[in-house]
Amino acid sequence: MSTIQLLAGENEPHPDVALVERVRGGDVLAYDELVRKYDRQIFRIAQHITQNREDAEDVMQDAFLKAYEKIDQFQGNSKFYTWLVRIAVNESLMRLRKRRTGKMVSIDEDIETDEGSVPRDLADWAPDPEQNYNQAELAEILRKTIQGLPQGFRIVFVLRDVEGLSTEETAETLGLSIPAVKSRLLRARLQLRERLSRYFRRKRGGEK
Amino acid sequence: MTCTEFLALLDDLIDDSVTPETRAQLQEHLRGCDHCQVTLNTTRKTIEIYRSHEIYDLPPGLRERLHAAIMARCKKGC
Repeated sequence: MSTIQLLAGENEPHPDVALVERVRGGDVLAYDELVRKYDRQIFRIAQHITQNREDAEDVMQDAFLKAYEKIDQFQGNSKFYTWLVRIAVNESLMRLRKRRTGKMVSIDEDIETDEGSVPRDLADWAPDPEQNYNQAELAEILRKTIQGLPQGFRIVFVLRDVEGLSTEETAETLGLSIPAVKSRLLRARLQLRERLSRYFRRKRGGEK
Repeated sequence: MTCTEFLALLDDLIDDSVTPETRAQLQEHLRGCDHCQVTLNTTRKTIEIYRSHEIYDLPPGLRERLHAAIMARCKKGC
């Protein structure tokens, strides 16, 4: 039994294992299945990091092509999805570096801030506060709010809370220690909460 | 337990990775602290809202372009 199968679970191998094996055997349609399964997530991650739609489109394409070319190097020490995310994160950071020529870009950028470490806005939110906005307004609020987070916090929040990677997978993907991921995640969550409070707090006098 | 101590364990509570003893201490603090209760509820809601709303849709045509690029690469290499 290969390493990939062993790591996929004791009884049931992860469905990606069979697809990856088929791709390795030359079945390009199996790769198509993997693309359709993860393209939304990879595009979202690229968009969150680059904050630019054209860059995110390029990153998504480059990441999937690179993963396809290097599929023989995929060792199965992690899930295929986590491996793919790591490629997409690296491609996104490379794209940012190109855009800001001469300026170093790293996930350590701009995180020297205490904002949100101690909650200031302690007003409770309205019940189901998102229902006070239509879908387009809400998407705009969520985009604006997360875009304002320091990059090093934003990436951790996106991988861990939006895309569902574990703390360990997030740490491995970003080359960070587990305590660093945990500390950034807490601050990201608290900063987002604080910023969203402006829109979602319960108004006085019983109005919505 | 102080509010600062509560806050340090907030993520572990949200992610359900606290021991039963710690959970009991956290719940004891929550019973007497509205501020931490609000922080817990609204932080949970923050995560839930970001998880359940798609804020970046896949641009139309991108999937097809990627498919074509992969097929082209395949013809060259496999």
